[in-house]
Amino acid sequence: MKSLTTLVERLGGINLLPVLLAIIALVLIGSPSTWLTLTIAGLSMGMMIFLMASGLSLVFGLMDVLNFGHSAFISFGAFIAASVLAALAVWVAADSVLLNLLALFAAISAAALFGLVAGWMFERVIIKPVYRDHLRQILITMGALIVAEQIILAIWGGSPVAVPRPNFLSGSLIMGDVTIEIYRLFAFGLGLVTYMALHAVLNRTRVGLLVRAGVENREMVEALGFRIDRLFIGVFAVGSALAAMGGAMWAGYETLITGAIGSEMMIIVFIVIIIGGLGSIEGSLLGALMVGLMGNYVAFLAPKMALASNMILMMAILLWRPYGLRPAVK
Amino acid sequence: MNQTTNEPHAQTRGGRTGRLIAYGLIGIIAICLFFAPLLFPDVRSQEVAARICIFIVLVASYDLLIGYTGIVSFAHTMFFGLGAYATAIALKQMGPGWDAVIIGGALGVGVSVLLAALVGLLSLRVKAIFFAMVTLAAASVMAVLASQFSDFTGGEDGIIYKVPKIFSPATKLLTDENGKVLTIFGVKANGKMAAYYFVFFGSLILYFLMLRIVASPLGTVLEAIRENEMRAEALGYKVVLYRTAIFCIAAAIAACAGILRAVWLKYTGPETTLSFAIMIDILLMVVIGGMGTMTGAIIGATVMSVAQFYLKDLMQLASEATAGIPLVPDLLDPDRWLLWLGLLFILLVYFFPAGIVGTLARKGHHP
Repeated sequence: MKSLTTLVERLGGINLLPVLLAIIALVLIGSPSTWLTLTIAGLSMGMMIFLMASGLSLVFGLMDVLNFGHSAFISFGAFIAASVLAALAVWVAADSVLLNLLALFAAISAAALFGLVAGWMFERVIIKPVYRDHLRQILITMGALIVAEQIILAIWGGSPVAVPRPNFLSGSLIMGDVTIEIYRLFAFGLGLVTYMALHAVLNRTRVGLLVRAGVENREMVEALGFRIDRLFIGVFAVGSALAAMGGAMWAGYETLITGAIGSEMMIIVFIVIIIGGLGSIEGSLLGALMVGLMGNYVAFLAPKMALASNMILMMAILLWRPYGLRPAVK
Repeated sequence: MNQTTNEPHAQTRGGRTGRLIAYGLIGIIAICLFFAPLLFPDVRSQEVAARICIFIVLVASYDLLIGYTGIVSFAHTMFFGLGAYATAIALKQMGPGWDAVIIGGALGVGVSVLLAALVGLLSLRVKAIFFAMVTLAAASVMAVLASQFSDFTGGEDGIIYKVPKIFSPATKLLTDENGKVLTIFGVKANGKMAAYYFVFFGSLILYFLMLRIVASPLGTVLEAIRENEMRAEALGYKVVLYRTAIFCIAAAIAACAGILRAVWLKYTGPETTLSFAIMIDILLMVVIGGMGTMTGAIIGATVMSVAQFYLKDLMQLASEATAGIPLVPDLLDPDRWLLWLGLLFILLVYFFPAGIVGTLARKGHHP
C-alpha cells in the first residue's frame, strides 16, 4: 500500500486525477474513437474554462476578494468578439489564412483590451470601497453582475447572436474513425500557451514572485514595502482580460451566443476554482481539465446529468479535500 | 424582537422615534394585509398581497442566514422551489386533497432539510465565501434538473393543478339565510378568500416562529458567530453545527413558504419559484429592509413588491417619452427594470448597508 502511494506521488499525485477520469470513461464508453473525440473536446473545453477561471482564482488569492461579477467579463468578451468578427465578415470568410488570423486576432484582442480597461475601472469603482468585507463584496459584485447583464441585453438584444468562425478554423480533421474539430485544437493550443505564459510570469519574473508572495502572506509583503494594492489592480485587470478572452473563445466554440452565456459559464467557473483550490493557477488548470472532461463524457453517457455530474464531482472533492485540490491559500 | 433594543447606545432619542416609525409602518402593513381581501378586492391587488405575505416569510428566513448568522447562501430559491414543486407534484398525482398538500409538503420540507444539511456540513466548515459559491452552483443545478426532468416537473411550462376544494372560487365560505354566498362590504366570502387567509395565517405562524428563534438562546449564539466566529468557537460553541442548524431551519421555512406559494397560485414553474430572478428579489428585499432585523423583512418585501408593479409602468412611460434618443429608450424599456434595481441595490449596499429599519433604528449611529 505504501509503495503504491509513493508510486502515485512520484507520477504526479493529484495531477493524475484527469488521467484517472479519462481511463474510467474509456471503460464506460467502450469505443476508443468516440472516447478520443470526447477527450479532445473535453480538454479544449477545459482550456477555455481555465482562461475564465484563472483570473478569478488569483484575484481571490491575492486580495481575498471574490468577484461574483467575473462572468460579466466573460459575456462582454463573447459579445465584443462576435461584433468584431461580424464587422470583419469579409476577412473572416476570405480564403487567405493571414486575413482569417488577422480577424481572429482583432476579435480576441478587442475582447481582451476591453477586459483590461473595464477590469481596471470595475476594481476602482466597485471593489475598492468594500475591501475586506466579504458580505458586502458578494452583494455589490452581484449587483454589478445584474447591471452588466442588463446592459448587454440592452445593447445586443435578447435574441441569440451568431458568431462567424474564421474559414481556416471551421471543418474538422478526420483520422480513421476519429473526428477532431480544428477549432478545438486551436482553443486547446491557445489555452496551453496562455497557461505557460502565466506560469512563466508567475515563476520567473519579479512581479510574479511578488504576486505569489502576496497570495501566501499579504501583510508580510506589505511590511517589506511593496504596494500590494497596486499589484492587485494589475492582477485584477489581467484576470478580467483573460476572462474576456475566454469568453471570446467560447463564443467561437458555441457559434451562437445569448445573454445567458456569462451566468452559465460562471457556475462552471465556480466549480472549477472550488475543485482546484483558490489562489493557484495550477489548481485552476487541474480543475478546469477535470470539469471539461467530466462534462463531455457525461454529456455522451447520460446527457441530462452533464451539469449535475460536475456538481457531484465538486461535492466529492470537497468531502476529500475541503480546500480544493491545490489551494495556495487556506 | 428587535436586536437593537439590547444595545445601550441605540437608546437615543433619534433611535427611539426611528423605531416607532418602523413599528408604525409595520402596523399599517399588517392591517392592510389582514384586511386585504376587503380593502383591495381586485385580482391584481390580491396577487400582490399574497405575494407580499409569502415573500415576508421567505425574506425573513433568508435574513436568519445573511443578517443574523452572516452566511451568504444563493440556494434559498432552491428550497422554496423544492417545497412548491413537491406540493405541486403531489397535488397533480394524488388529486386535489389535503392529504396531497400534507404529504407533498412534508416531502418537500424533508428533502430541503436533508439537502441543506448535506450542503452545510460539506461547505460551511471552510470560508463563508466558499459557501456562497457552492450554494450558487447547487441552486443552478437544481434549476437545470427541474427543467430537464419534464415528466415530473413539466419542464419550462411548469405544472397546473387543482387545489383542495375549499379554495376554489365556487366554494361558499359563509352563507346567508338564503343559502347564497355572504358578501362582506361588497366582497364575496368565497374560496378565494379562504385561500388568501390560508396564505396569510400560514405566513403569520411562520413569521412568529422565526421571531421566537431569533429571541431564543440559539439566536444569540448565531449573532455571536456573526460578530466573532473565533470567539464563539473559543467559548465552546460548535460553529459549524450551529451554522448548519440555522441553514436547515431556514431551508425548512423557505420550503413551507413554497407550499403556500404552490397552493395560492395553483401553478408551479421555474419562473415562479426556482429562477435566479427571485433570488435577486430576496436579496434586494433583505438589503432594502435591513439585514439582521426581522421587521426589515416586512418592510423590504412590501416596498419591493409594490415598487415592482409600479416601476414597470413608470419605465414604460419614460421609454415612450425618450423614443427619439438612441439607446436611452432601450435602457428604459420595462424589460430592463432589473438594470435599475441592480443600480439601486449597489447604491443601497454602499450608502445604507443597514437598510430602512436599520437606518431608522440606529439614527445617528454608525453600525
